[in-house]
Amino acid sequence: MYGLIFRALPGPLWMRILLSVILVVAAVAALMVFVFPWFSQFNPLTDSTIGSP
Amino acid sequence: MARSTLDAAPVARTDRGSVRRRRSPVQLVVQIVGELLITAGLVLLLFVAWEVWWTNIDADIKQDQALEEFFSEVPVPPASSGPAPSTGSVPPTGEDFGEPAVLEPDALTGTFGVAYIPRFGEDYSRPITAGVGTDVLDNLGLGHYPGTAAPGQVGNIALAGHRQTHGQVLDQIHTLVPGDRIYLQTRAGYYTYVFRNTEIVLPDQVDVIAPVPTEPGAEPVDRILTLTSCNPRFGAQERIIAYSVMESWRPTEAGPPPEIAEQVTRTAGRG
Repeated sequence: MYGLIFRALPGPLWMRILLSVILVVAAVAALMVFVFPWFSQFNPLTDSTIGSP
Repeated sequence: MARSTLDAAPVARTDRGSVRRRRSPVQLVVQIVGELLITAGLVLLLFVAWEVWWTNIDADIKQDQALEEFFSEVPVPPASSGPAPSTGSVPPTGEDFGEPAVLEPDALTGTFGVAYIPRFGEDYSRPITAGVGTDVLDNLGLGHYPGTAAPGQVGNIALAGHRQTHGQVLDQIHTLVPGDRIYLQTRAGYYTYVFRNTEIVLPDQVDVIAPVPTEPGAEPVDRILTLTSCNPRFGAQERIIAYSVMESWRPTEAGPPPEIAEQVTRTAGRG
């Protein structure tokens, strides 16, 4: 799958490596900024309140 | 030489010399599923890193901003009693400012106070924000249970904070020693509470934040401060509860208590 994506990227090898790095960084950033904060509210391990808040 | 199932397909060599395997559909599906599983593992690891490490950095930044906002409305007058005494363990007892001024219930919105707990470190200062939802607790320090007392009021002011992650606001709650001072600041003044004891309860025991803790319906006489956090440190099967009783208060004009004067100035300057 990742091989297919890598081969689908345009440009010479250095450009494809650069684009892959950008894609990975973008995926990590999207996870940390949007997905994890949203998912965190379902994490019972960080609940520090008494009763249901 | 042993060959794995993935190597079993014949190998085609292109003119540029790169090796490309011809895969059967089954191998292709197995490969994609495998790559997705590896990705899922990495994402889970990243989530743990985010939760345990990054949320602390993120929450510290947001708490500093909340403190900055708080101190933009509450100027800190220079401490009235000169340099702070080196014997910080002896509280001042000479001054009496009468009945404590208390914030009105409708003033308990947003970040309305700051908590100083010297036992947790000389620089320990955390904002106190109304509400105990994840939006407050994850970003804005200590959360004030709605409906509980205001700082200095007769009754019980209940505050919740994370033990781990999101700033680790109450990480050191188990190190409190009876007699430790906990200082709360609002724009009305400074309230000194003395730590009495901790208790470990199950998460559904809501009466610990009652006006008289564990006696719902009783008429409050004392001014209690209740801190709640999760227990054990990396779990949430139980809650650790820390009770304190108010000892004294100082109006804002009188300046902060000498023991935390430097800390308040530092916090106000940093914010």
